Amino acid sequence: MPEARVIPLRPEDDEPRASPRPAASWEEQVAGGLEFLSRRLTGDYETDEFGFDPDLTDHLLMPLLRPLFERWFRVETQGLENVPATGGGLVVANHSGTVPVDAMMTTVALHDDHPARRRLRLLGADLVFDLPVVGSVARKLGSTLACNEDAERLLTAGELVGVFPEGFKGIGKPFRERYTLQRFGRGGFVTAALRTGAPIIPCAIVGAEEIYPLIGNSRTLARLLGLPYFPITPTFPALGPLGLVPLPSKWLIAFGEPIETASYGPAAAEDPMLVFNLTDQVRETIQQSLYQLLLQRPSVWG
Amino acid sequence: MPPAVVLVTGVSRWLGGALAAELARDPAIERVIGVDTVPPSTELLRRLGRTEFVRADIRNPLIGKVIATASVDTVVHMNISATPAGSGGRGLMKELNVIGTMQLLAACQRSTSVRRLVLKSTSAVYGASSRDPAVFTEAMQARRVPSGGFAKDSLDIEGYVRSFARRRPDVGVAALRFTNFIGPRIDSVLTSFLRMPVVPTALGYDARVQLLHEDDALAVLARATTGDFAGTVNVGGSGTLLLSQVIRRLGRLQLPLPAPALGSVGRLTRRLGLVDYSPEQMRFLNFGRVVDTTVLRREFGYTPRYSTAEALDDYARTVPPVVPPEAVRAVTGSAAGLVHRVGATAGAVGDRLRPAPAAPPLRAVRDA
Repeated sequence: MPEARVIPLRPEDDEPRASPRPAASWEEQVAGGLEFLSRRLTGDYETDEFGFDPDLTDHLLMPLLRPLFERWFRVETQGLENVPATGGGLVVANHSGTVPVDAMMTTVALHDDHPARRRLRLLGADLVFDLPVVGSVARKLGSTLACNEDAERLLTAGELVGVFPEGFKGIGKPFRERYTLQRFGRGGFVTAALRTGAPIIPCAIVGAEEIYPLIGNSRTLARLLGLPYFPITPTFPALGPLGLVPLPSKWLIAFGEPIETASYGPAAAEDPMLVFNLTDQVRETIQQSLYQLLLQRPSVWG
Repeated sequence: MPPAVVLVTGVSRWLGGALAAELARDPAIERVIGVDTVPPSTELLRRLGRTEFVRADIRNPLIGKVIATASVDTVVHMNISATPAGSGGRGLMKELNVIGTMQLLAACQRSTSVRRLVLKSTSAVYGASSRDPAVFTEAMQARRVPSGGFAKDSLDIEGYVRSFARRRPDVGVAALRFTNFIGPRIDSVLTSFLRMPVVPTALGYDARVQLLHEDDALAVLARATTGDFAGTVNVGGSGTLLLSQVIRRLGRLQLPLPAPALGSVGRLTRRLGLVDYSPEQMRFLNFGRVVDTTVLRREFGYTPRYSTAEALDDYARTVPPVVPPEAVRAVTGSAAGLVHRVGATAGAVGDRLRPAPAAPPLRAVRDA
């Protein structure tokens, strides 16, 4: 039985986290901040064709997300050795949590905890890029539209691409259906991987389901605002802005063994049966590791 | 084989005039004929050299006679207006763009001498929306087809040119899809937009902008005219910038406005004849557009000399900044100096207040 493996319980208890860096003195921090401000005001920084702004990401957005990652959700990462240090790769993960905090936490995980400090280039729905502020910040964080052209362009350039094939079905599912994977779209991510020969890295995220438990959905409001769903959680909108504070669940992010696609050749992307089979394989792998991670987690709050 | 007689439409504009002047300098070309509805300025006329100017409207069948009598073999179609302001209203602009092209193509089809057609098109044919892939290649089509204005005209024009190419397979047709032009001399929608001291933009959106320096635009047009490339090619500088970044690098002030307010500002600036904020221009300001230039470099055989950032720098020389970058650096620099001094003082005070760490107890090692 190849699938019966011994999973070490909380393996990272033995080894300390690799992330802590020497704390800079407050003067250095302020000076760095001023330098950043000067760069921003004069436009003296680089952005790429997808609108990714590494300067803003590293000096403003990541530091804002880091406390959430380290203190609030106490994210533990596993299986980082499965993520290649160089070259393209497609990280496929489950999507949950009403608001795509899981995407941002996976970005922080791969940047802070991976030895090669890899940047995850996320693929988002067109709705994300239609929304003011959200869309432009998403692009600056390195996201782009979930379409085959963009995915293949990023993978060919040797980037690590993150995709959530469940889409809105996953992130906006009711709380009672937590940790059950939804349908995996049309398998577009598999064809992108096949065409570029990039490995698929299944990724399971546990913890995001509990941050905003979705107990209801106001269809009228959703239609009015042009959103796929309008969440009602135990705290939102009942508590107003306070309801926007996510519940501090304990998170585990596990990267599974990469599924190699290069041997099929780019022509295999035209074979629907193979695409369906690979899609199912990825889905099954993620579902299995979700169950395993849930067993590892002592309780929802860790 | 270099062309013998070249006809350039839209010669009274900067780019058309510059191309005619460039071609006139080439001794291999026998005649250069420039056509436009308005005569070129005296300054441009001096630069045009031996170019012959014909004041004609390409919407008029007269253009056919010009082509026939001069036995023109290469036609460069650049008489496509991007803004209604420049051509006296949207209705007139559309007529000049679309009907003018149809007339010109009809004349070309009749002519036995024409064997090459170069179309100055635009990357605006790809539209601009949230559903766009980040980078457009020549094979891709607009995800949300432009519904009006310059982009729609350009789509129609490209359509007519494609059907012309089908009817006259012996004519080599090159369609050049240019990104936004920039440079110290050229006058484009973007240059007049960025010359405003306060630049209104869409609140919460930041477009990706790809620019092409005027010198590169000219070189590509000249190469397309004298070379033998047939097909469609994207023309743009390497690299991109965000609109906010462009505004900051030019030392302008950005004024983000919600979309409805931006519409009224657009109407106001249009009435004042300053800048044209058409709806398609606004969509471009929201999402931006980037094109892939692999075909330009590999098949067409031209690598732009200026990247997007370098082209902008060259343009910036002619635009005095409202907020000089030196001033920003001086202010942040002096603030950093102040912080350093405060830090040093605080450190010194802290050292005085904190008891000095006790010296580590000495161990008698010498005895050992």
